[in-house]
Amino acid sequence: MSADAVTLDSNGKEPSYLNYKGKYSGIRGWIFSTDHKRIGILYMIGILTFFIAGAIFGFLMRLELISPGETIMSAQTYNRFFTLHGVIMIFLFIIPGIPAIFGNFFLPILIGAKDVAFPRLNLFSWYLYLTGGILALLSIVMPGGPADTGWTFYIPYSVRTDTNVIFSLSAAFVLGFSSILTGLNFVTTVHRLRAPGMTWFKMPLSVWSFYATAWVQVLATPIIGITLLLVAIERVLHVGIFDPSLGGDPVLYQHLFWIYSHPAVYIMILPAMGIVSEIIPVFARRTIFGYKFIAFSSIAIALFGSLVWAHHMFTAGMSDAGQFIFSLLTMIVAIPSAIKVFNWVATLYKGSIDLATPMLYTLAFIFLFTIGGLTGVMQGVISIDIQLHDTAFIVGHFHYVMFGGTGFVLFAALHYWMPKMFGKMYNRKLAKIAFWFVFVGFNFLYFPMLVMGWLGMPRRYYDYLPEFHPYHLTSTIGSWILITGLILMFYNLLKALKSGPIVTEKNIWGGETLEWQIDTPPIHENFKEIPLIEESPYQYKDNELPVEKEKTI
Amino acid sequence: MSINTQAPAEVHIHRDDIGARMGMWLFVFTELILFGGMFIIYSVYRYAHPADFHLAATELNTIIGTFNTIILLTSSLTMALSITAIQNNNRSLSLLFQFLTILLALFFMVNKYFEWMAKINHGLFPGSDELLSKSAGEILFFGLYYVMTGLHGVHVLIGMVLIAVMYRFTSRGIITHDNYVKLENTGLYWHLVDIIWIFLFPLFYLIT
Repeated sequence: MSADAVTLDSNGKEPSYLNYKGKYSGIRGWIFSTDHKRIGILYMIGILTFFIAGAIFGFLMRLELISPGETIMSAQTYNRFFTLHGVIMIFLFIIPGIPAIFGNFFLPILIGAKDVAFPRLNLFSWYLYLTGGILALLSIVMPGGPADTGWTFYIPYSVRTDTNVIFSLSAAFVLGFSSILTGLNFVTTVHRLRAPGMTWFKMPLSVWSFYATAWVQVLATPIIGITLLLVAIERVLHVGIFDPSLGGDPVLYQHLFWIYSHPAVYIMILPAMGIVSEIIPVFARRTIFGYKFIAFSSIAIALFGSLVWAHHMFTAGMSDAGQFIFSLLTMIVAIPSAIKVFNWVATLYKGSIDLATPMLYTLAFIFLFTIGGLTGVMQGVISIDIQLHDTAFIVGHFHYVMFGGTGFVLFAALHYWMPKMFGKMYNRKLAKIAFWFVFVGFNFLYFPMLVMGWLGMPRRYYDYLPEFHPYHLTSTIGSWILITGLILMFYNLLKALKSGPIVTEKNIWGGETLEWQIDTPPIHENFKEIPLIEESPYQYKDNELPVEKEKTI
Repeated sequence: MSINTQAPAEVHIHRDDIGARMGMWLFVFTELILFGGMFIIYSVYRYAHPADFHLAATELNTIIGTFNTIILLTSSLTMALSITAIQNNNRSLSLLFQFLTILLALFFMVNKYFEWMAKINHGLFPGSDELLSKSAGEILFFGLYYVMTGLHGVHVLIGMVLIAVMYRFTSRGIITHDNYVKLENTGLYWHLVDIIWIFLFPLFYLIT
């Protein structure tokens, strides 16, 4: 579609992508649209809906654990709930999360392109996502009930249980393909569609992390695809592959599962790290410190992160040499993550810090991710891991990394980019109140898990000994505070969508990347003219005073 | 970041052959890794049960396997020739070679069908009493044999459909001598199917 074919609106402006009239209108204008921005919004609706579903399951599990013994659900229901919570949160929320929503919406804009390399493939991956979501929902309603295997589908139980493992397996399989196609699209987009003058080291840092993530998506996901497919085949046709009663080796399954699922952790966290690198310079009014180190550490995380999978299996039976190597590699992968943290902190140093909501979530990310990361290094030590394996400590650790890390940055990105995406502003004061509820509730919810896990509370148990009661009680109260914060946050954002003040200013935060140079909300093809890039991103004069934006909106 | 604007980009439909080829190569990587997972399983189990794998492999028909290898290699040649033909603007020759490729793929599938049916008639299929009475290594060998050649067969079928679509595109003039990246990518896919078979054949039929 060329620019001259676009009809201008009454003000003589090009209509935004929200009002753009294409081949189809109404709802079909969205579900058949190949516009990367509309697809990003479609993903946002799906992903946030599943986030709410997953959060409800988590909330109910916490409620069950408020006191010892059976409180509101049976052991079997609890098993199904933690499986659903895991499958939904991992495959439907946090893996697609940031790349599918904000990568789709902003990656082409950040590199000065009109769309991704394969727009139709992009829409197709959204349909695959939707199919996967429907399959996951079918596992709940079909006879047999939702799977009770945990999101890891460990053999041999996943071959023998009577629950709907097949639906969960096929959901994860289809979602894997959706993820592969998004990754393939992003790699090609970054290689082929950068605006003239945008060399690799003039790319915004989030593009570097989307790029590194995309490679992991392309290269790691097929392994989980084939592994889950083999479990499904084994279940349905009784082909001997992993089941020990047919000669198979369940530990081999665990290896193949984690060969994907550990790199998947970096699929979840890398894009978040990229967005942190965008938000910090804007709200500290400083040029990012150590651009190349942050860029290369993304690649290093992607590389080393692919070589540490067996640290999930230190207790599953492995040679001493294997344990030593994987323990060492696990320590090494902490280095590039730490490099990023140090560079972010160095960027903040002597900056003019504006504690707007996106910045609050980002600073909370650094704090929570550091706790999550350091507890992760602890588990890389084999002797400690054997003590902590399968305890609530692990649950606390990965929620600090995944939710405290990726989840918080997703919220930061929502508050950072929402005015640009929809041209509407939320209530800033309420957003900050919601943040404090989320932050405080989060720590009340997950910190006790670290403590009780250290003391020996196993994970995935619906019951516990009385001495763990104070920790579980604190944790459950934390979940109420967290849920209150989430409700406030979503209420604030939805209300802003409906009746928030309209934003037409191009650059409300004073950002220096390309998305702040185009219309709010963006026009159909993002740029009226493809920009020519001459300078690196983040050219802030140090200690420049923040623009007084509060008054203008 | 400061921006200078370029002269307005000329109005055109976005076409990027290098990009399309890059996307296809990435997809081919994912397919290789998909099969790579199964090759890992194969190597682990062969290492664990060398004698059983040896015994089970003698059950397979090396002649049919060799015949199918020749068919598939030839089909890769005809696929490559069809691309060269369209590059030389010889549409009818390209169509002929595409047709031959589909035909050879069909031969491959027919052979595969008879080969599988022979095994199944001998009671060698997943879950059969005959197979379950055998040793662990043999059960695993036949499990992998059915899954890997089966998944490869699915890829052959997908390839046949793809080439049939390309045949239609070529005859309708959508694929031409200066716009043949679709056919080229289909060719890449077809060579992938071929190269996977080149590994499957020795692993199952030749190493006994």
